[in-house]
Amino acid sequence: MAAFVVTDGLKQLIGQKEPAIVFKVEEGAIQRYASAVGDSNPMHNDVEYASQSRWGRVMAPPGFTGWPMAAGFDIFKLFEKLAKAGAPMGLLDGGIEYDFLVPVGAGDVLVAEIKIANIEGRETKMGPTMVTTLESTYTNQRGAVVLVARNTFLNF
Amino acid sequence: MAKQIYYEDVEVGSEVTALKKIATTRMLVQYAGASGDFNPLHYEEDFAKNLGVGKPIVHGLLKRAWLVNLMTDWIGQDGKLKKLSCRYRGMDYPRKMKGFDEPHDGETWWCKGKVTKKFIDNESHLVECEIWVENSKGEKNTTGGAVAVLPSRAK
Repeated sequence: MAAFVVTDGLKQLIGQKEPAIVFKVEEGAIQRYASAVGDSNPMHNDVEYASQSRWGRVMAPPGFTGWPMAAGFDIFKLFEKLAKAGAPMGLLDGGIEYDFLVPVGAGDVLVAEIKIANIEGRETKMGPTMVTTLESTYTNQRGAVVLVARNTFLNF
Repeated sequence: MAKQIYYEDVEVGSEVTALKKIATTRMLVQYAGASGDFNPLHYEEDFAKNLGVGKPIVHGLLKRAWLVNLMTDWIGQDGKLKKLSCRYRGMDYPRKMKGFDEPHDGETWWCKGKVTKKFIDNESHLVECEIWVENSKGEKNTTGGAVAVLPSRAK
């Protein structure tokens, strides 16, 4: 076994930015997310409780934002682009890293800027593996960066 | 909700209050809908088999959300989660459904954590933790770290 060798075609994709996505954080979407992950904090679920809190509105659990698809980004198109440039077909989520800077709540309008931060070859238990880091930066309607997320994908 | 924890209450080595979780096929569908992640890997047997993971697996992102939940429950309403990271090191499989809302017996996971460092930076009272999701065999298929601000009694 050996580390995956990153082709020139793949190297050219490093640093490439995707078109920015603007999306609104909806109260119902927060509630459905909190319920799906089993987070019973009333700040996410209870409109009455949340409106009387210091935030005055339903707040999103950290991580509600940060996964590119949750912003409406078609990640499978990106995976196709990587595949065309020589990425192996096997695909798994490798992990995530977040910096939570400003809390996100219902009514916020966010701009997501997504780019391929890095592509490198490694050897893993799946064999030669390509490791892609996707970096997403989210900015709110007041111009504050609220979150930076780095997703790692494994192609093998 | 548990009562508020303060910076002064924790020491290096203190345990994050463990959080118990199960996953069912139904929950994975619910998570897919709520997150917008419709990767067939999490609900289609043949697709998962062809990818070499045997059968549909629990979303890494759901396990990540459990770890967020572990931290936010522990730090309470006055705590603030600053950083969280995790890596997926192994596959986890959901329970199947016996009834509309009743799962079969199967795996139960515990989300756990331990304080590795506490420090004050720029008047913020911070704790660093190692965190993980552990299955009933004690295997840690998801591991990571978190940094949070805790309120202080000194203020």
